Amino acid sequence: MSVAAPTNAEPKKLTKKELSADHPTWCPGCGDFAVLAAFYKVLEKLQIPHEKIVTIAGIGCSSRFPYFVNSHGVHFIHGRALPFASGVSLSRPDLHVFAFGGDGDGYSIGGNHLDHAARKNINLTYVIMDNFVYGLTKKQTSPTSPVGFKSKTDPTGAIDRPINPMVKLTAGGATFVGRSHATQVNHMMEIFERAILHKGFSVVEVLSECSFFYPGVFDPGNPRRGGVFDVIDETQHDVTDQAAALKIAMEPFPGKFGLFYESDRPTKNDLEQKWIDSSREAAKNAGGKDLIAQRFAQLK
Amino acid sequence: MSTSATQAPPSEDDPSSSQSPAREVKDLQDAVIRFAGNSQDGIQSIGAFLAKLAGRSSREVVTYMTIPSTISGGPSIFQVHLGSGEVLSAGDEADFLVALYQHSYDSHVASIKDGGTCIYDSDFVTPNLADKRIHHVGIPITNATIEALGGTSKDRGKNMFVLGLVTQLFDLNRDKLVPIIERQFGRKGGDTFKNVMLAFDTGFSYPIGGIFQENYLLHEGISDNTDRIATDGNTAMVYGLLAGGVRYGAAYPITPWSSIMETLRSELPKYGGLFVQAEDELAAVAMACGFAYSGHTAVTGSSGPGLSLKMEALSYAVMAELPLVVINVQRGGPSTGLPTSVEQSDLMQAIYGSHGDCPRIVLAPKNVEDCYYIAVEACRLARKYSCPVFILTDQALSSRIEAFREPKLDEHYIEPVLDLSPRPEDFKPYALGAPSKHAPPGSPMLSGKYPVVTGLEHDEWGHPSGNPKMHQNMTNRRRDKIKALMSEIPAPDYFGVENAEVLLVGWGSTYGPIRTAVQSGMESGRSIACIHLRHIHPLPNGLVELFARHKHIIVTEMNDEGLYGYGQLATLLRARYCDPRIQGLCKTDGLTFTIKEILAGIDRLTA
Repeated sequence: MSVAAPTNAEPKKLTKKELSADHPTWCPGCGDFAVLAAFYKVLEKLQIPHEKIVTIAGIGCSSRFPYFVNSHGVHFIHGRALPFASGVSLSRPDLHVFAFGGDGDGYSIGGNHLDHAARKNINLTYVIMDNFVYGLTKKQTSPTSPVGFKSKTDPTGAIDRPINPMVKLTAGGATFVGRSHATQVNHMMEIFERAILHKGFSVVEVLSECSFFYPGVFDPGNPRRGGVFDVIDETQHDVTDQAAALKIAMEPFPGKFGLFYESDRPTKNDLEQKWIDSSREAAKNAGGKDLIAQRFAQLK
Repeated sequence: MSTSATQAPPSEDDPSSSQSPAREVKDLQDAVIRFAGNSQDGIQSIGAFLAKLAGRSSREVVTYMTIPSTISGGPSIFQVHLGSGEVLSAGDEADFLVALYQHSYDSHVASIKDGGTCIYDSDFVTPNLADKRIHHVGIPITNATIEALGGTSKDRGKNMFVLGLVTQLFDLNRDKLVPIIERQFGRKGGDTFKNVMLAFDTGFSYPIGGIFQENYLLHEGISDNTDRIATDGNTAMVYGLLAGGVRYGAAYPITPWSSIMETLRSELPKYGGLFVQAEDELAAVAMACGFAYSGHTAVTGSSGPGLSLKMEALSYAVMAELPLVVINVQRGGPSTGLPTSVEQSDLMQAIYGSHGDCPRIVLAPKNVEDCYYIAVEACRLARKYSCPVFILTDQALSSRIEAFREPKLDEHYIEPVLDLSPRPEDFKPYALGAPSKHAPPGSPMLSGKYPVVTGLEHDEWGHPSGNPKMHQNMTNRRRDKIKALMSEIPAPDYFGVENAEVLLVGWGSTYGPIRTAVQSGMESGRSIACIHLRHIHPLPNGLVELFARHKHIIVTEMNDEGLYGYGQLATLLRARYCDPRIQGLCKTDGLTFTIKEILAGIDRLTA
C-alpha cells in the first residue's frame, strides 16, 4: 500500500492550548476533569506529534472524553471502543491510540472486549474512569457498584457482587495494569506516562467520583477526606509477578494504587507484523495485482 | 443429458473401449452426475477435481453440494453439471447417480432421470432392481479400493476410485486431470500421492466393458481454454475484495461465511494487510469500523445470525459515513435455522436492518463469477459513497464451483492508497450537497482543529448537533447520496422474448435456474423473459417502464411469500412501483429452484 505522507511544515510544540477542544460538559465536581488535566500534561511532556494522537471512546459520561481533546477522535457506540481502537492500532502502527471509558462501558456491555484486548495484547492505552455508578443515564447500578448501593434499578440496594477490575485485568493478561485516584493528579500523570510508554495493552483504572450520583464514594482513598492513598512500593512488589499482583488486587476497598502488573509479552501488533513480513518475503514482495494473477494461474 | 449422436469412434486412450470394441459410445452435450455418500468420504473432492478439469477443458461446469451441519459425518452429496454448451444451473435431475451407501441410494434414486444410470457400491447397497425406470450398475467400490490400497485403507481412497471410474466412463482427459490431483496431494509427501493415484488408476482401469452397455463421450468445447479458472463463490469473492482494494478486515466464524475469512486471514499478510478473528460479531464489525476510520476499505461479514449482531455498529458506519463492505452469506433462518441450506431471507435485514433511518447500498451476485465482480463493485461503491455496502450472497454460491473466464485485472484492479495529506483550513467532512470527505488519523489539520467522528447527529464539520433543522438536513444528505447511485446503475440484462407476457424478476443465486427456465419456456413456445437485479438497493432506474411492457411480473426468490403472498423483493417492488401485477414465486425448502418448479409456478400464477 502506498501512503501519501504528510508534507506539513515543522511541527508546532504541543501545549494545553492546542490540545484543548470543547469545554467539558461534565457536572461540577466530576473526577473526570482531573483525569483530562493529567492527560493534557502528559501529552505536553511527551510531545507526541499532534496528528498522530487518536482518542477513542464508547458511550457514557467519561466516554465524552474525545470531544474535550483536540486530536483525531472517535465517539463510537456503547461498549465497543476497544475493538474499534484495536482496528486503528493494528492497521496503523504510526499512531498513538488511546481509549477512554467508564465502568459500564468497559466492564459491563464491553466486558468481553476487555478480556480479549488484554489477551491479544493490542498496543494501545486504555483509561477507565470508574465511578461505581451509571451517571449519564442518571443513577442505575453499575458492574462495580457495591452490594447494598441504592440506585434506580436497585431501590432496596444492589444485590449482585461487583466486579473486581484489577483482578479481571491482571488475570485477563493486560500487560500493564495500573490504578489511580482522580484526586491524585501527580500520581495519575506518572502512571499515564508509564502506560503510554509501555508497549502493549496498558490499562489504568482511575477511581473518578460522580459528584451527583455517588458523592464521597472514593473518600477512603483520599487523604484530604481522611482516607489513605496507599501506593504500591515497587521495591517490595515485583511488578512482573502475576500471582503477587492478583494478591494485591484482592485487597479490600479502597485497596492499593500504582502499578500492579507489567509484562513484556509480545504484542499482537508485532506478532502479526512478523507474519506479514515473512509472508511478504515468501511472496517475494510481489504487488497485489501479481499475487492475484498468480492465484488465478493456480485455479486454472 | 442431451445426446447428439451415437456410434462415435472409440477414443484411442480409452482402455475399456479396447476391451470391448463393439460397445456403443454415446455422445453427450452435457451430463449431471450426482455423488452421494457421507461427508467423510471426500466426495466433495471428486466434484472439485471434475470441476477444475472441466474449467481446463473449456467445458462449462456448475456444481452443487450439500454438507451436513453435524460436526463430522452424515449424508452428503455433490452434484456436477458438465456441459459443452452454456451451463447455468446444477441441473434438476441426475443423468448418473453414484451411491456409496444404502441411505445414499434410498434418498437419491428418485433424483435420477428416466433412462438414467445408478452406479452403486455393491458392497453396501442392495438396489431395487425391479425399478426398470433406470439402469443399475453395481461395482464393488469398497472392496476394489481396499484390494488396491491394502487391507487397512477402509473408507479411504473410495473417492479417488470413483473419480477414476468416472474418468474412464466419460472418456475424460486423464493427462489433464493428474496434475490437478498432484497439486492437491503431491505436497503432502510422496506416499499420499502414490496411494491416491493407485486408487484412481484402479478405478480408471476397472473392467467396465461387460457392465455398461455404452461409453459416454463428453465433448470438449472448441473455444480457447487457457484463460478459464474454476473456483467456488466464496473464493471468488475473496479475490474480488483483494482486487477491489481491501487489505483489512475482521470477522467471527459462522457457516457458510467462514471460508471467506479463512482465506482472507491467510492471503492478506502476503499483500501487507491483515484479517483479524475477533472475539465476537460485535467486536468484528467494530474492528472493521476501526479499519475504515483508519483510511482503509475494510470488510466484515457473517451469515444471518451474525449480521443481526452487527447491526448497531453498521448504523454507526452510516452515521459516520465510513466505507465498509459487509458480506452476508445467507443461510436458512430464522435463528440457527438451516446452517448449511440455501435461502434468500435476509434481504429486508440487509436493506432495513439496524435502527434509525439508515440508508446503505445492497448488492447481490448472480453466480460464482459474479461473486468476484460484485466484490470489486462493492469496494468501489463503498469508497465513492462512503457508506456500508452489503453483499448478499448465499450458501449455494458459497460452495458451488464454476468455471469462468479469468478476470482481466488491468481493467479493474485497485491499488489501495492511504491519504494522509494535510487537510485544508476549510475541511468539512459532511458538507451538505457534497460527497463525504474523511481525514484518517495521521492527517494534519491545517486549521489546527481535529475532527471527532461521532455517532451523534452532527453538523457539516462533524460536531455534535441536536439542531432540528440540522438533523433533517443530514438525514436528507445521507439519503440523497444513496439516491445519486440510482442513475449510475446500468439497466439489468434482459433475456427472453421481447415484451413477453411473463417477466421473471430474480436476484442472487437464482440466476441460473431462472434463466434456464426462460430458455426452456421459450423452446416450448412460451412468451417469457427475465431480468436479474445485481443492485437491489437502490434499484436501477427504468424498471417502471420495463414492467409496463409485461402482463405478469413474477418475482422468483427463495424466501417466504409472507402474509400477503409475495416475497421480500416482491414486497419492495410493490411498495416502490404500486403495481399489483407484481407477484411472488417463493419457496423455502433449503434447496435451489429447479427449472420444473419455476415453470410450474408460472403456470399456477398466470392461470
